[in-house]
Amino acid sequence: MKKILTCLLICVSVTTLFAACSSGSKSDVIRIGINYELSGDNATYGQGSVEGIEMAIDEINAAGGINGKLIEPIKYDNKSDAAEASTLANKLVTQDKVLAILGPATTGAFTSQIPVANKNKIPIATGSATGDNLTFDTDGSVHPYVFRICFNDSFQGKVMANFAFENLSAKKAVIIMDSSSDYGKGLSQNFVETFTAAGGTIVAEEAYVAGDTDFNAIITKIKGMDFDVIYLPGYYNEAGLIIKQARTQGIDKPILGADGFDSDVLVDLAGKDALNNVYFTNHYSTIDEDPAVLKFIADFEAKYGKKPNAFNALGYDLAKFVADAIGRAESLTGEAIKDALEATENFIGVTGTLSVDENHNPVKSIFVIELKDGEQHSSVKVNP
Amino acid sequence: MEQFLQQVINGISLGSIYALIALGYTMVYGIIKLINFAHGDVYMIGAYVGYFCMTSFKLGFFPSLLISMLVCAILGVTIEKIAYKPLRNATRIAVLITAIGVSLFIEYGTMFFVKPDPRSYPPLTGLMTRSFRIGNIVFSAQQILIISITVVLMVLLQFIVKKTRIGKAMRAVSLDRDAAQLMGISVDKTISFTFLIGSALAGAAGILVGIYYNSINPLMGMMPGLKAFVAAVFGGIGIIPGAMIGGYFIGLVEVMVAGYGNSMFRDAVVFAILIIILIVKPSGLLGKETREKV
Repeated sequence: MKKILTCLLICVSVTTLFAACSSGSKSDVIRIGINYELSGDNATYGQGSVEGIEMAIDEINAAGGINGKLIEPIKYDNKSDAAEASTLANKLVTQDKVLAILGPATTGAFTSQIPVANKNKIPIATGSATGDNLTFDTDGSVHPYVFRICFNDSFQGKVMANFAFENLSAKKAVIIMDSSSDYGKGLSQNFVETFTAAGGTIVAEEAYVAGDTDFNAIITKIKGMDFDVIYLPGYYNEAGLIIKQARTQGIDKPILGADGFDSDVLVDLAGKDALNNVYFTNHYSTIDEDPAVLKFIADFEAKYGKKPNAFNALGYDLAKFVADAIGRAESLTGEAIKDALEATENFIGVTGTLSVDENHNPVKSIFVIELKDGEQHSSVKVNP
Repeated sequence: MEQFLQQVINGISLGSIYALIALGYTMVYGIIKLINFAHGDVYMIGAYVGYFCMTSFKLGFFPSLLISMLVCAILGVTIEKIAYKPLRNATRIAVLITAIGVSLFIEYGTMFFVKPDPRSYPPLTGLMTRSFRIGNIVFSAQQILIISITVVLMVLLQFIVKKTRIGKAMRAVSLDRDAAQLMGISVDKTISFTFLIGSALAGAAGILVGIYYNSINPLMGMMPGLKAFVAAVFGGIGIIPGAMIGGYFIGLVEVMVAGYGNSMFRDAVVFAILIIILIVKPSGLLGKETREKV
């Protein structure tokens, strides 16, 4: 019995030795982890981002890679689950030995892998987690290895409040928010602050939780009130149903939202007829006239046969943004890449030109998009 | 007042769904004293069968409704034959735990095949997209459809239970299984039939929810299943009219809490009702006090 155990022990230690050798010797490729919501509640955000990322990596590899080294993406599905995202981040760092991790797309899942990044000194970057405090620790210091290329919620909330007050001349607003997510709470808080400071009033604040399907009671309640706009900070699953039920009950006032509206599922759930007089803040618009954006849209359509949404564009920019920093880094270590990411200035992407500020947030512009019959009809660009 | 009436319509539509599911709970409990926790998942399967009928086979609403009722009926009988029949003489707790196992099996099995992402029902056409107004009160065609189909199914159920031979057998088995068997009633057949009817009703509720809310997912059966269970307990578990009343009551309470109170408390209030009922009148609204025979 003892002999067998010793044998086993030797076998195990030899294999681990070999495994360690093989993963260390492969330095001709640059491994990047992709940790996204490929299934589950936020699947369309994750899938969209990954489509953009894969397109960018293909382009970079076709052009000879980063300083002659090809990128090898390692992709995992975190099932829209924060705990799973953290487990996968650990696996990517310790087992797959990646140099950086892209994703997840949503604030909650992204936040869960921050401790892994800081501990292992591997930079993580997201294209779409907009939570305000994402890059800060609880004591107010900046997480050294955490980056993002999208604006935060307070900026979205503020821009939409100003837009409602000035462009739509709204004085009274109703809020229907997703109280189960930091996203919904953060956006509505910032909208309320800016809107009331400008002189508007909030008539009512209603709340729901992710997964609800029946909103008729809330809608009937606000139908009897006097208001100009509805602010609906939430994700597409519930937002689509709320818009549908509101329009069915005859509420035709403008409905305002944020980047969570940017999904084809919103159109499926609400129906094209309901999506009129709907505005939302977004990272990018498909009706932009910029030649770089037009080229991206054409290339994307050629590759995937559909128009890119904001998550596709953000994923694309994110991969290019991290690749750009790896190219500039002094060595291929997490620390050097982090320094290069911090030094990014005027990086030109399809979602706008961005520089990284001292809080690891980007300085970039925002779009307010109007939907007509479910299609993007017009967009207004707002600079920070 | 208009707002109140509108909320009543919202509540009755929601309550119809709960009532249809609660009927299955209550019938099964009445006949074999089992709380069939897999029942909410039969309702979810009904929604998915309707979805595939309408998208993959391009069938209309009524053929899809019949097919999903049929598929759910078969599923219900299969569950009973495979999972519960072998445990007919086991302890009640063993069967209850089996029911929870079946529930999880269906939920995650379905998730494996159809993926966990929510799906949206195909857009409705013609008359079904209309809404009707009386003053400021809006009825959508789907709400009218839900309420009327529920009423038709309930009348049909009452007819089956009260006027047919198999209905008589169901009542007999629920009253005293051994005596019924001595009178020449096939107990197994009657139990299967009860599962068949209850599951068909859940299937109907599933497809109605699909066209009403437009969004379905593999875990959609959990919450409505639990609320329908509360409805069944409220009306008196095992009593068919009690489940109907309970369903409408829970639907109305939920809507009124969201409409006039705080929308965050509506689920809490529903389960508070369960606790209060169990403390104050455990036999339910229509239940009679029965002494446990020793």
